[in-house]
Amino acid sequence: MERVPVLSLGDALLVSIQVDLQDNTVLALQEDLAERIVSTGARGVLIDISAVDIVDSFIGRMFASIAALSRLLDAETVVVGMRPAVAITLVELGLSLDGVRTALDVERGMKILRALSDRRGLPVADELDDDLVPVAEGGGPAAGA
Amino acid sequence: MTTSTGVEELPIRTGDDVVRVRQLVRARAQEVRLSLVDQTKLVTAASELARNTLVHGGSGTATVETLTRDGRSGIRAVFADEGPGIPDVDQALTPGWTSGSGLGLGLSGARKLVDEFAIDTAVGRGTTVTVVKWTR
Repeated sequence: MERVPVLSLGDALLVSIQVDLQDNTVLALQEDLAERIVSTGARGVLIDISAVDIVDSFIGRMFASIAALSRLLDAETVVVGMRPAVAITLVELGLSLDGVRTALDVERGMKILRALSDRRGLPVADELDDDLVPVAEGGGPAAGA
Repeated sequence: MTTSTGVEELPIRTGDDVVRVRQLVRARAQEVRLSLVDQTKLVTAASELARNTLVHGGSGTATVETLTRDGRSGIRAVFADEGPGIPDVDQALTPGWTSGSGLGLGLSGARKLVDEFAIDTAVGRGTTVTVVKWTR
């Protein structure tokens, strides 16, 4: 069984899938990522599937569970580079990959991760100290109060 | 009349075999010039069915052949196992119904991705699933 390499890039992990995915390879990738997120403290995971020619229900489900488990470990996952034919097939298969963030290419995916990381970098605790009100997004009931 | 050429059979005993079946189906689909989307649909269906053969059937075979009929070409793939069989085929073909840990999209999903789909199963005897995808 081949293993998919996981690279560290700043505070993100980069996975570029270049092999024909066997079920056990995908399971191993899931475990490797969970461990690497914790050991590196990564805030984002970018999975490049531009070289992947099919995503079936098992592989698709693994992307969804990688996204879910990385969220539990305080990291966001973006799947990038899905081929058009793969997207068409997934929809026809009935697999919508709910909860999986996607981007067209690595550059856009990194932008999403950076934006998420910046947003989380807000000094939420300080604001709470200042006036003890929950931080409301603009437009909520608290706006203008 | 339908004619068949180039029959190839592969064993399905491991996860690597599932990958080999995908590669064979892809190569044959390219040979008859299925469109890229149709190739992807057929290979995805083959992947689901080969996994079923391995997981539910224990092991089995995939047979791939090229068909011609009325000037069109197609690929037929047959997945056969001698596993426990499927007690309720209608239920097994219901999207979302699963016998185990999967999503229940394997069989029903594969059917949606191909032009022809047939299933022959008997409890205690095994399961054979046949799919065909034609050029447009």
